[in-house]
Amino acid sequence: MFQVLHDINIDWLGNRRWFIGISVLLMLAGLGSAVVRQATGRQAFNLGVDFKGGTVVTTRFKQKPSDDEIRNALTAKGVNDAIVQPVTDRPDTVLIKVPLEGEGQDGRVKVKEALNTFGTEAAPGSELEADQSAAYKIVGTDAVGAIAGAQLRNKAIAVTLAALVGILLYIAVRFEWTYGASAVIAVFHDVLVTLGFFSIFQIEISLNVIAALLTLVGFSVNDTIVVFDRIRENRKLHRRDSLYKITNDSINQTLSRTVITNGLVFLSVLALVLFGGDVLRAFSLALFIGVVFGTYSSIAIASPIMVWWEQRIEAANREMALSFNQPRVMKAAGAAKGAKQGFRDASKPLH
Amino acid sequence: MKKKNLLTRVIIIAIVTVVGIYLVIGPRRRPNLKDFTWSGIKQTLKSNIHLGLDLQGGSHLVMRVKTEEYLKRLTEESYTAAQNAAKDAGFETKGGQAVTTNGNYSVALQLSDPSKAAEVKEAVQKKVELGDSNVWTYSPSGDTITWTMTQAAQRTLADNASTQALNIIDSRINALGITEPLLQTHGAQSSHQILLQMPGVQDPERVKNILQGQSRLELVHVIGPPSPAPATTYTSEADAIASLNSAGTVPPNRKVIAYQERIEKSADSSKDPNQQKPKQWVVVENPAIIDGSELRNAAAIPTQGGRSDDYEINFSLKKTGAEKFGAWTGSHINEYMGVVLNGEVKSIAYIKSQIFDSGQISGRFTKQSAEDLALTLRSGALPAPIEYIEERTVGPSLGQDSIRAGVRASLVGLALVVVFMLFYYRGSGVNAVVALILNMILMLAGLIVFGATLTLPGIAGMILTIGMAVDSNVLIFERIREEWRSGKTVPSSVDLGFDRAFITIIDTHVTTIISSLFLFVFGTGPIRGFAVTLVIGLLVNLFSAVYVSRTIFIWLLSRRKMESLSI
Repeated sequence: MFQVLHDINIDWLGNRRWFIGISVLLMLAGLGSAVVRQATGRQAFNLGVDFKGGTVVTTRFKQKPSDDEIRNALTAKGVNDAIVQPVTDRPDTVLIKVPLEGEGQDGRVKVKEALNTFGTEAAPGSELEADQSAAYKIVGTDAVGAIAGAQLRNKAIAVTLAALVGILLYIAVRFEWTYGASAVIAVFHDVLVTLGFFSIFQIEISLNVIAALLTLVGFSVNDTIVVFDRIRENRKLHRRDSLYKITNDSINQTLSRTVITNGLVFLSVLALVLFGGDVLRAFSLALFIGVVFGTYSSIAIASPIMVWWEQRIEAANREMALSFNQPRVMKAAGAAKGAKQGFRDASKPLH
Repeated sequence: MKKKNLLTRVIIIAIVTVVGIYLVIGPRRRPNLKDFTWSGIKQTLKSNIHLGLDLQGGSHLVMRVKTEEYLKRLTEESYTAAQNAAKDAGFETKGGQAVTTNGNYSVALQLSDPSKAAEVKEAVQKKVELGDSNVWTYSPSGDTITWTMTQAAQRTLADNASTQALNIIDSRINALGITEPLLQTHGAQSSHQILLQMPGVQDPERVKNILQGQSRLELVHVIGPPSPAPATTYTSEADAIASLNSAGTVPPNRKVIAYQERIEKSADSSKDPNQQKPKQWVVVENPAIIDGSELRNAAAIPTQGGRSDDYEINFSLKKTGAEKFGAWTGSHINEYMGVVLNGEVKSIAYIKSQIFDSGQISGRFTKQSAEDLALTLRSGALPAPIEYIEERTVGPSLGQDSIRAGVRASLVGLALVVVFMLFYYRGSGVNAVVALILNMILMLAGLIVFGATLTLPGIAGMILTIGMAVDSNVLIFERIREEWRSGKTVPSSVDLGFDRAFITIIDTHVTTIISSLFLFVFGTGPIRGFAVTLVIGLLVNLFSAVYVSRTIFIWLLSRRKMESLSI
């Protein structure tokens, strides 16, 4: 039997300060980038037309003029601040991005006017190659007005939050509130770190990236649940062990699965980055970062928070019982909480 | 493990697989032999799977009905009518106003004699629909009486206007003969948005213009001395108002409208840019004689004696409109009448004789613009203008590139996974591969059964489903290995492995399905396509990764007593 990683015994929780420290640093870096950019009048995030409004015209040329020539043609027709962006996997194609203008302005029509300086557009319904006299063809446009942009932005945020609440509720029902909350905190962390990357490297955020962020949420929760499931099972099997030990054991027991699954997902996403073309690239990148941090956060964030929380609750219960100085209450609390008694690993104090 | 149990399992799986494969590659009619050749299957695949606009090519338009403009017009018309009604009943007004800002819509009349407020109210409400307490609340204050539109009425009227706009757009789309359009309301009802998807339409410019055409037609009486004197026009708006001798204001029974003879940009207009005549102004009687709602038909015809490219529009009126029009023209021989389109006078003509049910809008239209205008006139006037807030077009070649890239990425991902599973889990890896392939087939079948649309993010959803499917297999196999290592027999390791891993698989799948459902319900366009594929893929996976894979194990174990396991 070929096997990686078995009988491992790593004290994950013992390193929690490092883990949380690294995560806080990463989140602060992302936040810092966003705040500094915002404060200095640049954009905190590179929002695409989907959220900011504006027009993107995808144009294919027979003989592609230089980016500067296209830009000059646009300026001559009164389209300023246009961004001309080449498409890496199609050398004959450019994206022309026109920022949002006043109501009633039609970006497509204006870009077309400017492009007509290079020759005529291929007739509707015929491909560029088929039309002898044509110089270019507009193969795609995305125009989003201010209203639609704000709408899409709000919706994306609302949908993400709603999905998180749904996840929280399901885990709370299947496990416990502390587990649900820890999983959601870990997911939140993943989203923040990924957004931080997007701010630092100014990768464009489009609707597809939001879909990727939501997938990331799914994957991260998926990983966390695999670990939590094992903790739940081990707590029933080894009632005498501390939660600290059980959690470490559970992470170690599921580690081979974590490595294999995420390794494979990583490979699929890599295939997406390499072969998915430009349209899917930002999407794939978001997933790429997400897979790495989704795996990391179930071990490094969700589990320590859950253990810490459970121990706090347990300590509070014991304290309350003692303050009443009624042995019966203490017994009742102990019975209600069942196996949660005595989780603290004596050799490794948490505080 | 009982043999009988195995047989049932195999039969179920065989049926599901065959049905799944047929759903994907079989035609939705009685099949013939040709359908099972390579090109036949390709053909059927194309018609079975609904491709989204991003893959197929086409236009996606989101428009907003400017309902506030509708409420504004309604309020202003009510104000004019109220002024007229008060005057007709013999009450003097000092003025008043129509308020149409910040979501407030009200009509106010300032009375010369405040003590008559109640009588004026009666007189006005008798003639104007301001008495409907569901719509307007009446409030007198000092010398001013005010009708304010209630919030509830604003909502209802706005909703009605956008429903009406949707119907009109629908009839225009039909008249244009666009194939398989998708037209529906978009977003929350209060946002008054309409989504239109047109597969295959690459340049939506003409459609956009036609849909946007408000086509509010009115026939009005132009004030001035009758023919043979020429029609009375003014060179500026101020001159026109001054001619009314009413201290710089326009009395409610008059209107000052711009007059510009319509000269369309035709093919040769670039040669002769000064063709456009200067804008003029005319004074017309308010209200109009009849409006577009009385229209029965409209058609574009070539102008007689004009250039070959000159077109005009012939229209005919419904019975009620014809009666009104006939009565008016009969009593106004030799006076001037104007055709008003969208608030601008397009042509003026004098009444030669009584006209009942037909007329022309002349003014040198091109063939296309005349036909387009006739089309919009036939479909009726939009109650409010519309604006485009989102527009996406995808050419078919761009879509094909995306399909190719997506399919290529999926296949590469799938190949990597298959190679790894076979290498790492050896014999059991075959289980995983069978499960994965079945998963892909059934996922496509699911998309077809639910009539879901495959979009670019949908392909990404498929790739993620591969990831989740592999995860299920890995969870199961790792667990079986673990149980086996702890010294259990092969059959009980397999049983325990499946049972324990199943709990985890259910939890992970349900959480992902829950978050995907949120995406589906609240998400838009691409996000939705992603969610649909993912949900279908995950549901299918519970069958393929757990049920099918387990059946293969049961079958292996039933053949001989196994001492070891290739895992």
